[in-house]
Amino acid sequence: MSSDTVPALAVEELVAGYGGVTALDRVSISAGTAAITAVLGANGAGKTTLLRAVSGMIRPRRGRILLDGTDQAGRSPEQMVRAGVAHVPEGQGVIPELTVEENLRVGMMSWPRGRSRADRAAALDEAFGRFPPLAGRRRKLAATLSGGERQMLVIARALLARPHVLLLDEPSLGLAPRVMAQVMDLVVRLSREHGITIILVEQNARSALAIADHGVVLNLGRVVVSADAATLAADVALRHHYLGF
Amino acid sequence: MVEFLQFTLSGIAFGMIYAAIALSLVLIWRGTRLVNFAQGAMAMLTTYVAIEVVYRTGSYWMGFAAALAAGLVLGAVCELTVIRPTLNKPPLNAVIVTIGLLILIEGLAGIFFGGQYRSFPTAFSQTGLKINGTPLGVSRYDVFVAAAVLVTTLALAATFRYTSAGLRMRAAAFNATIARLSGIRVARVLTVGWALAGLLGALAGVLVSPSTFLYPNSMDTIFVFGFTAAVIGGLDSPLGAVVGGLLLGLALSYAGGYLHNGANLVPLVALVILVVVLMVRPDGLFSATQVRRV
Repeated sequence: MSSDTVPALAVEELVAGYGGVTALDRVSISAGTAAITAVLGANGAGKTTLLRAVSGMIRPRRGRILLDGTDQAGRSPEQMVRAGVAHVPEGQGVIPELTVEENLRVGMMSWPRGRSRADRAAALDEAFGRFPPLAGRRRKLAATLSGGERQMLVIARALLARPHVLLLDEPSLGLAPRVMAQVMDLVVRLSREHGITIILVEQNARSALAIADHGVVLNLGRVVVSADAATLAADVALRHHYLGF
Repeated sequence: MVEFLQFTLSGIAFGMIYAAIALSLVLIWRGTRLVNFAQGAMAMLTTYVAIEVVYRTGSYWMGFAAALAAGLVLGAVCELTVIRPTLNKPPLNAVIVTIGLLILIEGLAGIFFGGQYRSFPTAFSQTGLKINGTPLGVSRYDVFVAAAVLVTTLALAATFRYTSAGLRMRAAAFNATIARLSGIRVARVLTVGWALAGLLGALAGVLVSPSTFLYPNSMDTIFVFGFTAAVIGGLDSPLGAVVGGLLLGLALSYAGGYLHNGANLVPLVALVILVVVLMVRPDGLFSATQVRRV
């Protein structure tokens, strides 16, 4: 466990972009262990870019990405997942050509070589235990799953990497309201019961703030506000201006 | 009827060689979305390695093994040295690099091994098999060719299907982003894919050369047929590559046997088959990807 003074994830003065476009301009966020941080803002605010930079999918131009106090900026996704960061990108997260079980096995590819077959089988059983609907479809192609089941599968796969920090990009996108509520419940349990630090990017600011401890609002690549989730939800002017509810 | 049987069996024997080339192209296509135009030239080069080893050791099998090993190494080296730098560039760059590689390898082969036709030895008799005095149109060697490709294909399929390394390769091919985020070192997987493709190419080169002679351009036609077979099968599908190879082998064998002046028409028939398949099913017969609807 890290001490309270060192955040599980801290992003400092991060600058990142694509070609000539700067998508993130000196963004700083700090997330304590097991906290849920909601990252909010309009399309193009830089939310997805932030997650992509943290997981190593794009290389930041400047700034630091501290995991438990150690700078990891500039590492590849393969290295970041081994350092404890799992990233569930928006949409299309399952590999439809693989079976449900194979999708889950992909989640264990970051494990050290030495881990036994039995360890892996136990981890799979645990995943199926946590997501019973997946267990019945173990040998079916992921293409046959419903939207909610797919979201379960991607989260289950990310958890198999045993992350300390989980980056979720629009996990509720395209889901029915009831299924969306289940996904949000799951996110809460991951932080409360498993101690996973969660960065949650959401279009749906209202439901994200309902479960988050902390909220960060991005606009045009800059942090506009960073405050308690309850404070943000209570700020009517801010909500109208940036969050649309 | 006897004729038909003969054409069928010899079609299968050649079809298996096209299938091996097609499969090597599919392996690379799945990893890098690139048609490796140098695949035939690479196969030719490894076959020269085989022939040198056979002459020096006197053992066909030493040459056979040397070719496969050379294929693995050559595939990996090509990927690491000339393909890797093109991967984040426009796709056409990589295509042009493979064409350059084709010209380079064929030129080097001419310089080091000479341009003359060389006969390649076989481990089995090439005289036609007979049943009750009726010639079957295939030899013991043809049976060996078919079996060698079949065994290699099945071994590859089993590796892909049942091993962790195979799952890594499939995951990287289907979705490189998810694969990397899951900790799969995709760059390494690509190198392995090229190495395996090099091995399959080497296998095809060694197997076909007793029938075609070996010279710097000897694999050009085989490559074109292998490419046709891969496209018929859908470029994406290993099963499609094998079926495409067999279909093409059979079609060309029947065309060569039954059509007037058929032997000269074979390349034309291959072209016609390719055009017809692409008109009816633009994604090939076995492609997993859906036709895009706009």
